[in-house]
Formats: sequence, C-alpha cells, structure tokens
Amino acid sequence: MDIRERLKQYLKTEFAEVVIREECFRDQDTFYIKPEAIFEVCKALYENDDFQMRYLSEMTSFDWLGHEKEKDGRFEVVYILYSIANRNRLTLKVNLPADKPNIFSITDIFAGANWLEREIFDLMGIEFEGHPNLKKILTPDELDGYPLRKDYPLTFEQPYFSWNKNEPPEVIK
Amino acid sequence: MIDQKEITINMGPQHPSTHGVLRVILELDGEKVVKAEPVLGYLHTGIEKTMERKLYYHALPCTDRMDYLSPMSNNLGFCLAVEKLMDIEVPEKVKWARVLLAELTRIKSHLVWLGTHALDLGAMSMLLYTFRERETIVDVYEACGGQRMMTSYIRIGGLAHDLPVDFDKKVRTVLEQIPKGMSDYEKLLTENEIFIQRTKNVAVISAEDAINLSLSGPMLRGSGIRHDLRKANPYSGYENFDFDVPVGQNGDAYDRYLLRLEEMRQSMRIIKQALDGMPEGPYRAHVPGVVLPPKEDVLHKMESLIFHFKIITEGFKPPIGSVYMPIEAPKGELGFHISSDGTNRPHRVRVRPPSFINLQSLPKLTEGRLLSDVVCAIGTIDIVLGEVDR
Repeated sequence: MDIRERLKQYLKTEFAEVVIREECFRDQDTFYIKPEAIFEVCKALYENDDFQMRYLSEMTSFDWLGHEKEKDGRFEVVYILYSIANRNRLTLKVNLPADKPNIFSITDIFAGANWLEREIFDLMGIEFEGHPNLKKILTPDELDGYPLRKDYPLTFEQPYFSWNKNEPPEVIK
Repeated sequence: MIDQKEITINMGPQHPSTHGVLRVILELDGEKVVKAEPVLGYLHTGIEKTMERKLYYHALPCTDRMDYLSPMSNNLGFCLAVEKLMDIEVPEKVKWARVLLAELTRIKSHLVWLGTHALDLGAMSMLLYTFRERETIVDVYEACGGQRMMTSYIRIGGLAHDLPVDFDKKVRTVLEQIPKGMSDYEKLLTENEIFIQRTKNVAVISAEDAINLSLSGPMLRGSGIRHDLRKANPYSGYENFDFDVPVGQNGDAYDRYLLRLEEMRQSMRIIKQALDGMPEGPYRAHVPGVVLPPKEDVLHKMESLIFHFKIITEGFKPPIGSVYMPIEAPKGELGFHISSDGTNRPHRVRVRPPSFINLQSLPKLTEGRLLSDVVCAIGTIDIVLGEVDR
C-alpha cells in the first residue's frame, strides 16, 4: 500500500470520530476535521515516523457566505501539510460557525504558522486561541472590519476606518 | 554615568537596504540586537481581494505585480492552478517554453538579488554588472510579451503568442553572456575577504528551524535540505530535464550566495536542453469555451470568433472545489490556492508568498547578532515587498 493510501487509512481508523468526511478533487486528498480536534490531528501527523508531516506548506481561509456550503459553517480554514521525506501533501479543512469563528492555534507544532494565522486573523477575522502574538499584520491598525469577508463593502474609498465609522462611504453593489 | 538600558530604533520603511518598504523595530543593547520585529503592510494593495472580482483571464495580470522581479514564475503558478482546476492538458511545446521562461526568470531574479545584496554589503559595482547581464534576459521578455517587466506572457492554456522569430538567437545570447558575467562576479565576491567577513556565519539557520518555520527555496536548501518542488513534485514537464539540486552546508549567508550561483548554472543547463529540444506544435491548448482560440482562427472562423467573444465577456465556469498548485519560484514555494464556487469569477484566490513566509525567520536570524548583520539577513532572505504585502 503506498503512502497516500496508508495515510487515508490511518486518518479513517485512528480519528474516526473527528473526521467528518473525505474528498478527493483533482487528485488532492482533503479531510474535513472537527474544529476542536485540529491540534491533535496535526500533532499526531507531525510525530508519526511513517508520515512525517513536518512541513506546513500553506494555511488559508475561505468565506462561504451566501453559498450552499454555508450550511456546514460559514468559514473554512484550510491546512496543507507536506512531508519532505515522502513528498506528499495532505489537505485538512475545518468549518467554523459565523457567530464565533474561533479555533486552536497550531503554532506550538509549526512555528511557521505564526504569521499565517495572523494574516487570517487580520483579513478574515478568525481568532486563534493560544497564539503567542495575535495582532494585525497587513492592514493598518485603524482599519475596522475584515477585508476578505464576502460582506465587506467594495467601494472606491477605504471604508470603515475609525474616523468615518458613522458615515461610511457609499457601497457599490 | 550613562544609563546602560536598551534602546529601540526603527529601521525602515524608507531604509535603502530593506528592499522596499519593510520596517523593522529593533531593540538594541549597544550594537547587539536583542529583539527584531518586522512590521509589514506598507504596500498592501489587496491583490487577493481584487482577483475575486475578476474573470479568471482578467485576474492574470494581477499576478505579475506581486513578485515584480519574477513575473513569468507568477504567471506560470496561476495558470497551472487554473489548468488544474479546469483539468486542461497543454501541448508539449507550451510546457517546454514555460520551463525555459521560468528558468530565465530564476536567473533574472537571482541577478537582481545578487546585485542588491552585494550593494547592501558595500560592493557597489556588482549592481551595475548584474543589471548588465539582466538586460539580455529582459530583451527576451520584450520579444515575447512586448513588455520588459509585467509580461503576462504565459496565459491560461498556453502562451499569449507564439514564440518570436528571433527567440532562439536571443536566448543563446543570454546563454553566452551570463557565464561571462558570472566569472566576473565570482572574481569579485567569492574570494573577497570583506564579503566573506560580512556573510560567513552570519544569518545562520539550522535545518530543523528551517523546516519548522516553513521556509522554502534557497533559504531551506542553504541549510542542507535537498527539497526542490521541481524534483519532488514535478510540474509542467520538469521530469524531462536533467539538472541537479544544490544544497548548502552551514545555512549561513555565504552558503546561500554560493547556492544561488549554482542554481543559476543549473538553470542554464535546463535552458540549453529546452532550447535544443523545443518541440514543434501549437502554442495553445485546444479547449473550446475555455482557452482563447488563436488569433488567426478568430479572423477566419466563425466558431472561434464566437468562443473568443464569449470567453472575453463571460469567462468560463469551473466546477466547485479548491485546488492548491505550488511551484518552485526563484524565492521558494509559490503556491496558488484557488477556490471556485461554480461561477465565472474565483471565489477566493490565495497566494502562498514565499518571501512572506521566509521573512518570518528574520528575528531568528538576527537576534543576538550585530546591527550590521540585520542588513545582511534581510538581503539573504531575498524579499520583494510587493509579494510580502500583496
């Protein structure tokens, strides 16, 4: 059995209660994980000597507002782990609710997640519990709101600064 | 008696050796750096958000403007991601031409890096020499895409036009000029006592830290890890080419300098192979309704004209799903993560910027070192602020 199959089998047996579903789109293995379990899944994959998922390749977030996928949870955080030894990639996704998008930080496992989580916090407004330094990274300090959310108004002016909060510029639909 | 407490100084955002608008807040104890904190965002233009509002074809020129020193690699990454999303197979000639152009881009990016890095460390003439050689590559760009920097030459499903008539001659000029220039650089820097003093055992990072911090490209290989996506997960036909992946040993700035020079030599090997074996064939895939038909067909065939019009005005609709397509850009792993919601505009385009993630290592590289090493550390990471801030 090759490493990809072994990895799938491992996740399906060891983490049967936290894996919601699996998906394979364009040859890319994706597992939907319950949000509270993401830290332990990442840690198990990191420490496993067979899989050696020790490189956090990419981390990002999607906002599914107004799409049929919204029923699973409006926000989606994506983790892509990579194994330099085995040269394979694994995508983990978690869905978070709209009202309180909080998730546990994985900076204790991957130090490289630090700025990636800060960027997601800054642009998408997802809070990472246990992050050592969770503050804005790209947008100015006085900008309110989260620009990558789908309900963020698109205008020619930068909206929602603290000085124009009460009279925001006209929204272009 | 003078109070010996730590002072905080602000380096940037208008400091000449921060390669743009990087700001670093430094806490100093005498000349020793106690804490370094990069502050980003001075060039944040929201390119990812901009791309959400555009058709896939129209989003392409945004990618040039991120890492403006290696536009072709950015185009390639985006096009490969969209092709993966749409499941398009491109003709052999396109693959080979793309590999050739991506490797030219690697040399071009490394030349600018070499010039500016040496300039930061006091070797002023290097910048003039590297830009002299870079000019030959920019000439190839101009012949291909009509522009010298923002080429947008690599398009979804192929290339913008066929390769120009004098392409072969122009690339061979590059292959002649670069080795000549490189022997000059080696004479000026490799044995240069001042350069060695400034770079050896400076900005050191261990292999474990490099992996844990998700570093990629020369920053990772400089610490001795032989990881290159061109070899590990070949894309665009890299498996057909014969080349080596150089690695460093000590993970310091000097090793990374030697490594980048070696990478340029390996790139030239690939370019030579690609040029000699360039297959004949169409320069764009034939996928009606998704890939733009060639201009000659648009002028003569009714169907092509209709498709051309429909693609430009409406675009195409990929299936629902998300793909992640990483490539080995000059600065490291450049990934395009495109999520589609079934409409003709991307739901979200996320760029995994190599220099943003490599820049995370700056505190690790500089803390406990001298202030002058900060300049060397910023240079050796090879950042482009257009990509860091996007």
